[in-house]
Amino acid sequence: MSKIHVTTTVNGDQVEFLADPRESLLDCLRDRLGLTGSKEGCGTGDCGACSVRLDGTLVCSCLVLGVEAEGKTVETIEGMANGNELHPLQRKFVEHAALQCGFCTPGILVAAKALLEQNDNPTETEIRYWLAGNLCRCTGYDKIVRAVMDAAAELRGEAA
Amino acid sequence: MRYHTPSTFEDAARLAAEASGITRFLAGGTDVLVQMRAGAVIPDDLIDLKKIPGVSEIAQTEEGGWRIGIAVPGARLGAHAGLCADWPGVVEGMELVGSTQVQGRATLTGNLCNGSPAADSVPGLVAAGATVEISGPSGLRSAPVEDIPAGPGKTTLQPGEVISAILLPPRGTAGGDAYQRFIPRTEMDIAVVGCAISLTLDGNSIASARVALGAVAPTVLLVPEAAAAITGTTLDDDALAALTTAVEAACTPISDKRGTAEFRTEVAGVLARRVAKIAYARAKGAEA
Repeated sequence: MSKIHVTTTVNGDQVEFLADPRESLLDCLRDRLGLTGSKEGCGTGDCGACSVRLDGTLVCSCLVLGVEAEGKTVETIEGMANGNELHPLQRKFVEHAALQCGFCTPGILVAAKALLEQNDNPTETEIRYWLAGNLCRCTGYDKIVRAVMDAAAELRGEAA
Repeated sequence: MRYHTPSTFEDAARLAAEASGITRFLAGGTDVLVQMRAGAVIPDDLIDLKKIPGVSEIAQTEEGGWRIGIAVPGARLGAHAGLCADWPGVVEGMELVGSTQVQGRATLTGNLCNGSPAADSVPGLVAAGATVEISGPSGLRSAPVEDIPAGPGKTTLQPGEVISAILLPPRGTAGGDAYQRFIPRTEMDIAVVGCAISLTLDGNSIASARVALGAVAPTVLLVPEAAAAITGTTLDDDALAALTTAVEAACTPISDKRGTAEFRTEVAGVLARRVAKIAYARAKGAEA
């Protein structure tokens, strides 16, 4: 099986890797590029733990082939913090204890960031629908929703 | 597995026609990659259609209808004001498919070609009178959407044929459409029953209608008898009762873990009444 050479941009950096055409983008990120923040929960697009942005669109990286990333831009959880400075969503997740085991957290953070970029003041209902494809078996979701609402308020410049 | 990225539908059709093993076309990948992952389908040739110019575009046709590229994901349909204004029932059907993440990739054409009788976007297309443009070894042909599904997981497309666009007719004035499904929760589930209706009005009277049902037969159904039951009426109680009778008569569902045949048949009638009222209100100018 001949591998295909892929050039793509991940978190602003141009990267190259060789991919088996059957390999998912998730596997390429984790195994070819060492970016293990994106997780594999189900591998079938149900759980959202592998959420990334592909040319700005929120997708499950398990449902994208690595070879499809050719010439595109990919944003993963690794690009979210600015050095050691957490993104407000990340900080609010810590403050609200919106995670326990943490396995779903990278995907939920990437998905929540995508939401806030297109809607800076989402309602609780809008957040719950937007995140319906991100499963969490620990928190019961309430803390996650509150953390997202609190982060949105801070990003809007409102006192929490 | 060989991965192909043709730049025209002619090349895509030729690749498929020449392939001897298992062939799959790739657009959004939300079904194909799941089947690959499960080992259910391991293609010998995977033909990615997304490098073909125009496949990600939604364009108004000269007649005033819409041409939807085969790689346009659900999220883009919902963000398109003109399409949502003309065909809200088509858009709301597609938007029920999967999560935000799936909406970023899943396409109308893929939902159709996956061949599920419960596909949420297909009844809306059938009710709208949508057609597909098909590229094949002998050139282009077109077919009504309802002619594509052949049974669960099967289509009437021939080897070497590939859908190259979905075409919606002009909405015209005083028209409306709607889709609803029943699921036992609020999100992220497969339709137990789905119903789409598109109709046009002449004054208060229904001038024409198309009624489509999902998940109550081996394929999505177009039900002319149900359309006839409300055509010429003002959707009064008698018309709604006749609609219910015609819809229930068309149902031949299976019983499975999501619902019994009797339950599906009854719910189909309930949904048809609700959907007809919404389509009627939209034809009267109600906001989707």
